[in-house]
Amino acid sequence: MWNWFHKLGSPKTFYAISGSLLPYFCVLAGIMLVAGVVWALGFVPPDYQQGHTVRIMYVHVPSAILAQSSYMMMAAAGVVYLVWRIKLADIALQCAAPIGTGLTFLALITGAIWGKPTWGTWWVWDARLTSTLVLLFLFVGVMALRSAMSGKASAGRATAMLVLVGVMNLPIIKYSVDWWFTLHQPSSFSLTEKPSMPPEMWMPLLVMVLGFYLFFFCVWMLRIRTEILNREYRSRWVRELVQ
Amino acid sequence: MNILLATIRRDLLQHVRRPADIVNPLVFFLIVISLFPLGIGPSAGTFNEIAAGVIWVAVLLATLLSIDVMFKSDYEDGALEQMVLSKQPLILVVLGKLIAQWLVSGLLMTLMSPLFALMFFVSSDGILAIAMALLLGTPTMVLLGSIGAALTLGLKNGGVLIAILVLPLYIPVLILGTAMVDAAVGGSSYTGHMLWLGALLLVTIGLAPIATQASIRISLSQ
Amino acid sequence: MVLNTQMNKTMLETQQLTCERNHRFLFQDLSISLNKGEVLQVDGANGAGKSTLLKILAGLYEDFEGEVMWQVEDYPLYIGHKVGVKDAMSARENLMWLADLQATEVSQGDIDSALAKVSLAGYEDVLCGEMSEGQRKRVNLARLFLLHNPVWILDEPFSAIDKEGVACITDRIKEHLSDAGTVILTSHQTVEFPNIQSLTLS
Repeated sequence: MWNWFHKLGSPKTFYAISGSLLPYFCVLAGIMLVAGVVWALGFVPPDYQQGHTVRIMYVHVPSAILAQSSYMMMAAAGVVYLVWRIKLADIALQCAAPIGTGLTFLALITGAIWGKPTWGTWWVWDARLTSTLVLLFLFVGVMALRSAMSGKASAGRATAMLVLVGVMNLPIIKYSVDWWFTLHQPSSFSLTEKPSMPPEMWMPLLVMVLGFYLFFFCVWMLRIRTEILNREYRSRWVRELVQ
Repeated sequence: MNILLATIRRDLLQHVRRPADIVNPLVFFLIVISLFPLGIGPSAGTFNEIAAGVIWVAVLLATLLSIDVMFKSDYEDGALEQMVLSKQPLILVVLGKLIAQWLVSGLLMTLMSPLFALMFFVSSDGILAIAMALLLGTPTMVLLGSIGAALTLGLKNGGVLIAILVLPLYIPVLILGTAMVDAAVGGSSYTGHMLWLGALLLVTIGLAPIATQASIRISLSQ
Repeated sequence: MVLNTQMNKTMLETQQLTCERNHRFLFQDLSISLNKGEVLQVDGANGAGKSTLLKILAGLYEDFEGEVMWQVEDYPLYIGHKVGVKDAMSARENLMWLADLQATEVSQGDIDSALAKVSLAGYEDVLCGEMSEGQRKRVNLARLFLLHNPVWILDEPFSAIDKEGVACITDRIKEHLSDAGTVILTSHQTVEFPNIQSLTLS
């Protein structure tokens, strides 16, 4: 087990394995996303309250889920790096941050676009939107620290530390924002917590969520592979690869 | 435990001899709060509604300013290296510095807060609530801020960076603190808010110094 | 840092110490073995990684590969480029604090005599911010006469110190070596020590 763990942790092995898996993942992600989009835009019946605007949910919800997941994955990579000092974990953390930021941003934008026809304004201090905004701040903090420390040997550990602090605070922040929201704006209806979504609505949503996960992994892998080459450019295997 | 007291004494001694680092954030606090009425207009009607929010945001920013310099001089003159390479547990030294820091920033702002509450026409219940909320909330902010200060040691533009790293973490304290004052002004009980702020403080006391000392070690490794 | 529990004369052993900075190796597979009573003098051009090596050995710098094994559990007495004394405190207050950090009980008399050894008698109550660079450095060096750490790691201890001061510190180092102490130092000045090992970083 440990042997395997460390072997996969070596950039060279990871590069080889990820290289052979990546095409399949990309194809699968493409199929899922295309199928999900066609299904969601073309075949799902319009919502009885919101009409066709509900279709933005199929981008908004997956990106919001992925935004949180990617922070969790960064935190997991951070723990691995701080405890075992596996360089690949540092690379993984560094590479996940911009993707996570992008997805959080996408969740906010789609939330705002969805909000316009539903609430009549682009922005509402809704608990979920506010939490997502805070998540964006946390992502931005991670990227800001990373870029401020670029070139320093301790940059990876400092960023990992920050992500861990963030992930411990995230539930507290989320809880407090929810509480703040109920305190100030009681009995407002929530978009994503419909009592029961009919299967013809949540099935394509599930496909989209899976598609987003696969897409995330593909982009993550690609970034990690690029960063590996960047960091290991002096090693013999990279030189042989390039020639 | 001896080292804890020795550290508090050492840092307080320096603050007394070099008062600018503690006075400036307090003056900043004062000015920021005085600017709000100028921006809003002198009609007293809205003042007591926004008082809690204004005071809290000002405290937040002033805490950030004072936290920025917390480890800076020790980093620049090498005292931090000596603390890390000490026979004493680093966490006690860090805790001592944090306590000293809170005494000269959070506690002083808490003591100043009734004055500002009066300027914003807050009722006496509200004044007490603001002071109590600050008393429980400012240590949490100092503790969380110290993580950011430790992580940004030796970086250019560290001050702005600390704000970006730390301000999102202050949100729960801000929400609980202002809600507590609102409850007090509205005449309802705020014991629950106090308990939550206290619980937050306890959790932060348990975890933040560990993160801070680890971050100091990381930042010194440059 | 791994503690070597065998009782022998060895004080420090490193295995395959490798440090890389900005895609450049400062040193690679460095193996050092140092006994009690020995000096290790680290030489090399500016930027060769002397200070980084000393920080690694002291336990300050953690981004390296390989192993550092000390025979003793305590952190060494480290004197780096930064003087480590606070401007807003007097020489005496600074040393009292630095002794507290090493959990060493010292009296005011101990401190005053240590300050006298580095020819700072009469400066006990002067704030370090009002001293010259060399004097501040001497306050830090006074720790060599005050504390009892078996290992000293001294990064350029003689910079900003006059000839007399150098002689005085050299004598103190020799005394420490004869007490089975261990010293690791960098210096641009040539100083003669018994049992000296040289290491040149390129």
